[in-house]
Amino acid sequence: MQIIESSKKYDVVIVGSGAGGGMATKVLADAGLKVAVVEAGPYFDPANPEQQTQLKWPHESPRRGANTQRVFGEFDMAYGGWELEGEPYTQVGDSQFDWYRSRMLGGRTNHWGRISLRFGPRDFKGKDRDGLGANWPIGYDDIKPYYDKVDKLIGVFGSKENLPNEPDGFFLPAPKPRLHELYYIKGAKKSNVKVIPSRLSILTKRINNDRGVCFYCSQCSRSCSVYADFSSGSCLIFPAQKSGGQVDLYVDSMVREVLVNEEGKATGVSFINKKDRTENKIFGKIVILAASACSSARILLNSKSKQHPNGLGNNSNMVGKYLHDSTGTDRMAFVPSMMNRKRYNEDGVGGMHIYSPWWLDNKKLDFPRGYHIEVWGGMGMPSYGTGFNVNDLNKYLGIKVGGYGNPLREDIQKFYGSVMGMSGRGEAIAREDNYCEIDPTKVDEFGIPVLRFNYHWSDFERNQARHMHNTFEEIIDNMGGTVLGDKPTAEQNYGLLNPGRIIHEVGTTRMGSDPKTSVVNEFEQLHDVKNVFIVDAGPFVSQADKNPTWTILALAWRTSDFIIQELKKQNI
Amino acid sequence: MDRRESIKSLVLGSLVGGLALESCVSDSKEELTAKVWEHQYGRTPEEKAVDQKLLGEQFFTPHEIETITQLGHLILPPNENGSILDAGVPEFIEFMAKDYPGFQEPIRGGIMGLDHESNTRFEKVFTSITEVEQKTILDEIAFPNPELSPSEQPQPIQFFSLIKNLVMTGYFTSAIGIEELGYVGNSPNVWDGVPQDVLDDHGLAYDPEWIAKCVDQEKRNDVAQWDNEGNLIS
Repeated sequence: MQIIESSKKYDVVIVGSGAGGGMATKVLADAGLKVAVVEAGPYFDPANPEQQTQLKWPHESPRRGANTQRVFGEFDMAYGGWELEGEPYTQVGDSQFDWYRSRMLGGRTNHWGRISLRFGPRDFKGKDRDGLGANWPIGYDDIKPYYDKVDKLIGVFGSKENLPNEPDGFFLPAPKPRLHELYYIKGAKKSNVKVIPSRLSILTKRINNDRGVCFYCSQCSRSCSVYADFSSGSCLIFPAQKSGGQVDLYVDSMVREVLVNEEGKATGVSFINKKDRTENKIFGKIVILAASACSSARILLNSKSKQHPNGLGNNSNMVGKYLHDSTGTDRMAFVPSMMNRKRYNEDGVGGMHIYSPWWLDNKKLDFPRGYHIEVWGGMGMPSYGTGFNVNDLNKYLGIKVGGYGNPLREDIQKFYGSVMGMSGRGEAIAREDNYCEIDPTKVDEFGIPVLRFNYHWSDFERNQARHMHNTFEEIIDNMGGTVLGDKPTAEQNYGLLNPGRIIHEVGTTRMGSDPKTSVVNEFEQLHDVKNVFIVDAGPFVSQADKNPTWTILALAWRTSDFIIQELKKQNI
Repeated sequence: MDRRESIKSLVLGSLVGGLALESCVSDSKEELTAKVWEHQYGRTPEEKAVDQKLLGEQFFTPHEIETITQLGHLILPPNENGSILDAGVPEFIEFMAKDYPGFQEPIRGGIMGLDHESNTRFEKVFTSITEVEQKTILDEIAFPNPELSPSEQPQPIQFFSLIKNLVMTGYFTSAIGIEELGYVGNSPNVWDGVPQDVLDDHGLAYDPEWIAKCVDQEKRNDVAQWDNEGNLIS
């Protein structure tokens, strides 16, 4: 079949419409540039009633919310998962990296946890502290003005705390803690574990007249139909279009490679139109990759030409290397004093109202980097799974488990809202030997060579996970709760989830000032090809004990400003 | 089974099930479309097609459905709120057996085993014996052995646990079940903290310093403004 070439020429072609792609679209379109956004999934608008799942009841679905269609339950707003039909990936040896992808306009920003933490001064200079990994070529002061701008544009609630490595911002006010969160605060205080209001990009207060204010349904994972939470479509791409920006959206378009001219400069991208399975080309002066850390690495590695025989931007051989995800492990608690709770609406915002930022000094510990603790629980909306093993908790009360008939009704009433949980999310050390690469033996259904992963945790991460469980157990004990399940053993990696499971994968195109050991410079520009930029989490040198999104957004804005300046100077 | 395994087996299972059950499809296209549009909950075209296919197939026989229904009534007897039939529990279990084919063999085989037990003791299938007789059978399969893990339990106990789980979740995710449980959310509201009487009951109190950082719901609609230090001034 012939390749179809678009006659339209763009200033910028952006691959991917998540946090990074959305921010680049907004800033560059607002500056008057002609932008094409190429997205592998369909169009999505949280306000579209045909697509909306917010405020749906479980009984509106024949499977009551079960996760057979979407892995986080069928009301979750991600068209994606760890396994996508027709888009396989492979592993080296016993590596087990789980690769989550969301194929839709806005990408993973439609369902994410909205935890919006700034990296602190220490997070950019980890190597200075413990000699591990690498420092970023930039520091907190370089990115601070952009964090400030992101706060004001998008909105994030939180509180001023004056903590050394958890920088304050321009916060909206925080929501009050729920009951189980007050229990956690009590338990954590006894163990000197710091607890502060959480920092989530949810509008507890009006930020402009285009977006609504949170109405406390707790369903940010379903994407907010009044745009009271951050998703890339509702907060960046649609506003860019609305204010008259020249933005063309190419949806259901799976990018294969970046195209180059004789001089090796990028001229555009080729993509597969998933609807008619044709191969297409569009052209632009600048190409920005924002397809997610691993997808962007895949596109670069697949962009082989005689000018770039090792793949685009890969003279250093570093593309795909230093892949790392946040560490994660979870534990649940049964709190007997929260049995037989009085009923009231405690849905609150989507996710936690409080959290524990890292509170210790790693010099005194057997692992080098920190973690934060997320807290969950409450009298949530019933969904598939509610009532399973309804009275298993009876064993902690010395009552027989099992039975049938009306006693089961009493049991479900009694235990509703009495179980809560904690999740530790920490920083892993980026290593050259954790990587993704092209598997030369396999293509996806679009004929594009697929990724192969090699990723193993080290004792740094395992010891950190053990520390998380020790902390959880201590806090649960302090709360008067019962720890559920056994403490995971060394053989179980102390409960450490597979890499990829926290969906914070970063580092595959890391930034640095030395082109021999990094892929992009501090402005996320390929060392090897000046008109190609990467604005997803690929350029992260290290992932910190935070969540990556706020830093993706701030860096993407900084990079977009740089692009505008360079265009003015005619440098690219 | 981890998630990846379960998804693999789901894909495989639904394919096999689809081929075997094509002859059972009875509804017209119009009837099917109406069935799917009863369920308007933000499906993609691909997801809608899956629902449509599953809703057009029948897995359980009338006898199996009757057995599931009678077990359901024993697990959750009708009360002033209604019954498992009002909660759509048999339809839900029928759907799940097609949506998650891993349920098919344990439930179908479990019902055969239950009937065998009933025939042996009472010379009638489970649905034809009296409630008192039915309960003598349930009393032996409704209590898992605390020494054993779920997968080590004898098959009849595992079967009853599975049915019980599906009946419980089917009922308590229905409109009447949610009302009975007392969940009062999923509607626009303004969260302004735990009610004072609840705080008192639990011996807890809000720290005034903490509350000072929290939202003043009177001012939630005033557009946010800050001074240069990031202090909210509106």
